[in-house]
Amino acid sequence: MTNAPDEPKPAAGTPTGPVLFYTETLLEHFRNPRNVGELAEADTDGFGLVGDPSCGDQMKLWIAVRGGRIAKIAFQSFGCPGAIATSSMLTELADGKSVEEARRITDDDVIEALGGIPENKKHCSLLGVQALQVAIEDWERRQEVKAARS
Amino acid sequence: MIYLDHNATTPLGPEALEAMLPWLGERWGNPSSPHRFGHEARVAVEGARERIAACIGCRPSEIVFCGSGTESDNLALRGTAHALRPKGSHIVTTAIEHHAVLHTCRALEAEGFRVTYLPVDAGGVVDLDALEVSLGPETTLVSVMHANNDTGVVQPVEEIATLTRERGIRLHVDAVQTAGKLARRPGDLGADLVTFSAHKLYGPKGVGALYVREGTLLTPVTTGGGHERGLRAGTENVAGIVGFAEAAARTFDGLEAEGRRVGALRDRLERQLLEAVPRVKVNGAGSTRVPNTSSLSFQGIDGESIVLGLDLRGICASTGSACSTGEPEPSHVLLAMGLSRREAQGSIRLSLGRATHDEDVDATVVALAETVQQLRRISSVR
Repeated sequence: MTNAPDEPKPAAGTPTGPVLFYTETLLEHFRNPRNVGELAEADTDGFGLVGDPSCGDQMKLWIAVRGGRIAKIAFQSFGCPGAIATSSMLTELADGKSVEEARRITDDDVIEALGGIPENKKHCSLLGVQALQVAIEDWERRQEVKAARS
Repeated sequence: MIYLDHNATTPLGPEALEAMLPWLGERWGNPSSPHRFGHEARVAVEGARERIAACIGCRPSEIVFCGSGTESDNLALRGTAHALRPKGSHIVTTAIEHHAVLHTCRALEAEGFRVTYLPVDAGGVVDLDALEVSLGPETTLVSVMHANNDTGVVQPVEEIATLTRERGIRLHVDAVQTAGKLARRPGDLGADLVTFSAHKLYGPKGVGALYVREGTLLTPVTTGGGHERGLRAGTENVAGIVGFAEAAARTFDGLEAEGRRVGALRDRLERQLLEAVPRVKVNGAGSTRVPNTSSLSFQGIDGESIVLGLDLRGICASTGSACSTGEPEPSHVLLAMGLSRREAQGSIRLSLGRATHDEDVDATVVALAETVQQLRRISSVR
């Protein structure tokens, strides 16, 4: 499922690393989050902004779609380590996928790719997935607008 | 590792460990036993009680040993509320108390007690006018912490004691964060009940104490044997109590010099940080604080992520938010001081101690500056 780091994936929830309750993969994504930033207006085909009212976390996500595939993806996140790492992993999972495949990514997929996440952090993993859904809906709306114009 | 979480717990002092070892080893008697082997444990417990009383400035008979600061708070609040129920059922506390007090008050509310939670000002100090207005004929107890664990802000306990004494209302003070840090002896605060915890002053975990002013009626929370004058049933934690006394004696002994040293380090840390990092705020900076504590709010980033960033750089800090314990709510203390949720969420606490030196402070500032810069690069909030 995961398309980048080659490092061995610990079993779900394996306590490793300096912080016992995060997996090495999660810590690696926290340290070096992938696809951070924003896409230029001209490149953006879809944008999603979501917040978690229960903890104040917020996430912005941009996608560029070429030939029905996610060609570029970028995110910014205000949140806890779980929110940052799951968002980063989500962008990695979605990058290069068809829009339909990307739409089917669930928070469980993200958690699995990270090798597990502490129980009380599971709600954080929803943000990235939700932001991607919103960005895809935005892309669809833009497509409809374009189609109506032409 | 640089440890800057002394408000959570302190390392066990080597002298305390040394004092405890015989009571964990060959001298394992029960202090209540009617033979010489038990008697030597009794002598140890009572000797420890005398030493702690001397630190606090009270009579040995006014010290009740128990299992933690939390248990001590429970005994003070539940014990007073129940003992004085015929007199009234109103309790006054503050919005910034430790959960040991707040959640106990919630439990008492469920039993039918009425509780007033006093507000604090932007500096984190309890509102004395609101306190005075809240006191009525039904009020039996006021519970206020001596200093807050998140911010280190010291509360005007002596003024509060004047108000409660005039009205014959009991005063409980949770001094867990000030014992061994402030020069004022806890016994001189004017309180009827004062809570202590051993592991915040270089003693072992699992031991606390409640100072109970002579003549103060309490209903026990734990029932059983007649230990601790019937107020806390259960065989005494002999080694823990001995370690507590040794640690307290050491900590109270060098208190003023250590307070000046640590205070200078804390001030240096805050000064350097404010120079190195933009958009940061020191919570309670204008108030009187215990010398070791610094509560910092960083705009646009999350406190838990800062703490993990520091951890990955070898520095142990703590968040103002309780998110890591499964509660996504940011610090109730900072919210009560008027910080926005987002500001409170972007807060961390650094609490210095005996092992902290200049180079630790300097390294922490560098690590914090790096961490904050990295997280702000990722952040969707400016």
